[in-house]
Amino acid sequence: MRDVQQTLEMEAPAEARAEVGAQAPSLKMKARNVSVWYGVKKAVDNVSIDISTENVTAFIGPSGCGKSTFLRTLNRMNDTIPSARFEGLMELDGEDIYGSAMDVVQLRARVGMVFQKPNPFPKSIFENVAYGPRIHGLAKDRTELDEMVERSLKRAGLWDEVKDRLSESGTALSGGQQQRLCIARAIAVDPEVILMDEPASALDPIATARIEELIHELRGRYAIVIVTHNMQQAARVSQRTAFFHLGELIEYGETSQIFTNPGVPRTKDYITGRYG
Amino acid sequence: MRKRIARRYRSERRFRWVGFAAIATSVGFLAFLLITMMGNGLAGFVETRIAVAVDFPKSSLFLDPAALTGAGAQAALATADIEGAVAEAAIAQYGPDGADLVSEAAWLRVRDAIADDPDMLQGRKSFSLPVSGDLDLAAKGDAPPPVEARFAKLKADGSISRGFNLGFLTGSDATDPAAVGIWGAFKGSLLTMIVTIVLAFPIGVFSALYLEEYAPRNRWTDLIEVSINNLAAVPSIIFGLLGLAVFLNFMHLPRSAPIVGGLTLALMTMPVIVIAGRNAIKSVPPSVRDAALGVGASPVQVVFHHVLPLALPGILTGTIIGMARALGETAPLLMIGMRAFIATPPGGISEPATVLPVQIFLWSDEVSHGFIEKTSAAIIVLLVFLLAMNGLAIYLRNKFERTW
Amino acid sequence: MQATTSGHTVKAFDEDLDSLRALISQMGGLAENAIRESMRCLRQRDCDGARRVVEDDARLDVLETEAERKVVQLIALRAPMADDLREAVAALKIAGVVERIGDYAKNIAKRVQVMEDASDIEPIALLPEMARVAAEMVHNALNAFVERDPAKAKKVCERDTVVDDFYNSIFRALLTFMMENPQRITQSAHLLFIAKNLERIGDHATNVAEMVWFAATGERLAERPRGHNPADPE
Repeated sequence: MRDVQQTLEMEAPAEARAEVGAQAPSLKMKARNVSVWYGVKKAVDNVSIDISTENVTAFIGPSGCGKSTFLRTLNRMNDTIPSARFEGLMELDGEDIYGSAMDVVQLRARVGMVFQKPNPFPKSIFENVAYGPRIHGLAKDRTELDEMVERSLKRAGLWDEVKDRLSESGTALSGGQQQRLCIARAIAVDPEVILMDEPASALDPIATARIEELIHELRGRYAIVIVTHNMQQAARVSQRTAFFHLGELIEYGETSQIFTNPGVPRTKDYITGRYG
Repeated sequence: MRKRIARRYRSERRFRWVGFAAIATSVGFLAFLLITMMGNGLAGFVETRIAVAVDFPKSSLFLDPAALTGAGAQAALATADIEGAVAEAAIAQYGPDGADLVSEAAWLRVRDAIADDPDMLQGRKSFSLPVSGDLDLAAKGDAPPPVEARFAKLKADGSISRGFNLGFLTGSDATDPAAVGIWGAFKGSLLTMIVTIVLAFPIGVFSALYLEEYAPRNRWTDLIEVSINNLAAVPSIIFGLLGLAVFLNFMHLPRSAPIVGGLTLALMTMPVIVIAGRNAIKSVPPSVRDAALGVGASPVQVVFHHVLPLALPGILTGTIIGMARALGETAPLLMIGMRAFIATPPGGISEPATVLPVQIFLWSDEVSHGFIEKTSAAIIVLLVFLLAMNGLAIYLRNKFERTW
Repeated sequence: MQATTSGHTVKAFDEDLDSLRALISQMGGLAENAIRESMRCLRQRDCDGARRVVEDDARLDVLETEAERKVVQLIALRAPMADDLREAVAALKIAGVVERIGDYAKNIAKRVQVMEDASDIEPIALLPEMARVAAEMVHNALNAFVERDPAKAKKVCERDTVVDDFYNSIFRALLTFMMENPQRITQSAHLLFIAKNLERIGDHATNVAEMVWFAATGERLAERPRGHNPADPE
């Protein structure tokens, strides 16, 4: 069983070989020895990982392995759960996000989140996307706000479908469109990182494919971390994959390597369907 | 097997019939109430009038039309003995008992007419004035025989007419049942309700918000929750006692004023709003909160931009229930003294007033026969008021109803 | 190492992999048989037997098509990952290689049919031993595949030098014989080609072993040491 530090160090030769798909990473978020407890239950156990902007990172693992919990530590969403306790170091661009100098509200504007079940606000499509910029004061006037909304909807691949019905309720859209609306909403505040918690698990295959294509388009502009229980999706969409099991990070490496020749037997068992 | 299916069908049918019977019974009770009230009360809205011709120049009324224009008009009207003039005219027209035929407050109509048109003082004018209580009863077939006979004779002469009793809706309490009006009590209820809602709604909603969104889950908050739940079930008369002790005896607020009534009822309504509010806020799905937090909204923004609008229908429903209960409360208001005889509607929230249910209670206590129909009529007014309030709240609730 | 696949949550996946391995194993057996039979026919000058070897090669072709179909289906329906994927790809390639081994054995049998008595040519004595080694390599390589045993596969690769050395000796000996006995050039030429076929069989068996190694470990085997190629300048 390889130690995670070893895995991280072994990244260097991979970069030297310039593997297809993964580029030389610039560090965006850094986690070191992160542990999370819900009351007395330890949900995440001593995880250290690097997130970069150039590569989409996927977290895979069986249910209850802590991948969603760990994802939520990246934007401090666990703060809303009273029994949750965090230990370790988590940095965004070198700043400690759990430090007293970090404003949680600002953090969540820089690290956006898209959830498993599409949850647009019960407002109009325009209002859904405009809400974020409005509360953060990102637009000087209405024209600028309109531009921001249009830009976000275009980047999310939804503009053409809704451009002439922006005043309709966001909840009247189909599931796939709602999820793209949620992505547009997350993009509208111009985040640096986008966290996606099983974004396509509630969608049909075509909608899923569009979301995957969207992730591909967004790659490089935002650091994207996606949690998925669909291994094929992780294989298609990411350049780096991390396998979680029982709260621990078992293996983290190039996606192509993980899925053709993983180093750790537990990873191999999970990927080939021998787990459980 | 077939027997089991047949048995199941039978029990389903039985269940449906039982349900239907339950609804029929409830509707029956409701219909009984309405029909009885209507039966008794509608008569209260009908006014019997008698024609009285007043010859102003010949009367003992010394009123200069010129004095009625300008600043001194009110004073001039007040000092003039319009009541006497009317009595004179009635006696002249109908005989020695003429004054008894006309209602005590009838002269007010004449006064108002003079104020509107001072020129009528130049000549003779025939007024349709409300009859006295006895005669009113006779018109409704409820008086002793001699009065009935007198009434029949008058009717045959063509002096009697009937019309809508606007006075009932615009006047205030009086000793003569024919002259009573509901407006005083109505205004009192209105003012009290306003005080209640202005106090109970914000306090209740903000308490619910705090308890649900911000308060930590510990023994103190559990204690508070239990206390509020119990408060909602406390008999209302205890709130009356509280009002008496604190607002009247300790704080020396004006007795029988809507402000005191409103304060007492607010204390009573607040727990209901808090409970309904908490449930409504609890039922807002966490996905909405998560979505708002994920976009970088602060906790205050999450609550006021997202949670509160979605919880509003539920909160309004709770408010309707609370306010309806408060509107119909009699016991606590009796305790704080809103049982006095108030002849004029209250000018503001610190003036003595009474409320509809108390007025109904007082009238129902009256000996005079004429008060029966007036009581029922007042009940009808109360029911209409309740319906209107509920209708407004339901309209507001539907307006804010949104699917999420 | 077990011969059967273990542990997939979806048992049908295990069954698919097992049937694929069984098929490859069966092909290997047929190829091995063809090599031994064709050698026997050469020694005993059995033309009928040689004819049967040539006919039986058709079965190997059919099995190869079947193996290909099975692998494509496995990839489409089961979405194999990691070592399952490598094994499937290896199975596909190995089927093709074994089919070619069978073709070489068939070619030997064909030559037997047209050759005249060559029992007096000396170098012929080496051929049975060479064939035995080649057949053994095929046998071991396929065993290594079925058992997913990289160590066995490595040993097969090492054995190839033996076959190469055999070939070199036979080549030199036959050249000398041909120079001394020009009237026996025809038979000698046939024998030369037969030796070449056996040498190619050995190479192919090594290819199979290399694929087995990759399927089992995910890495490429280091460059194997080759026997001296007689075509190279001295």
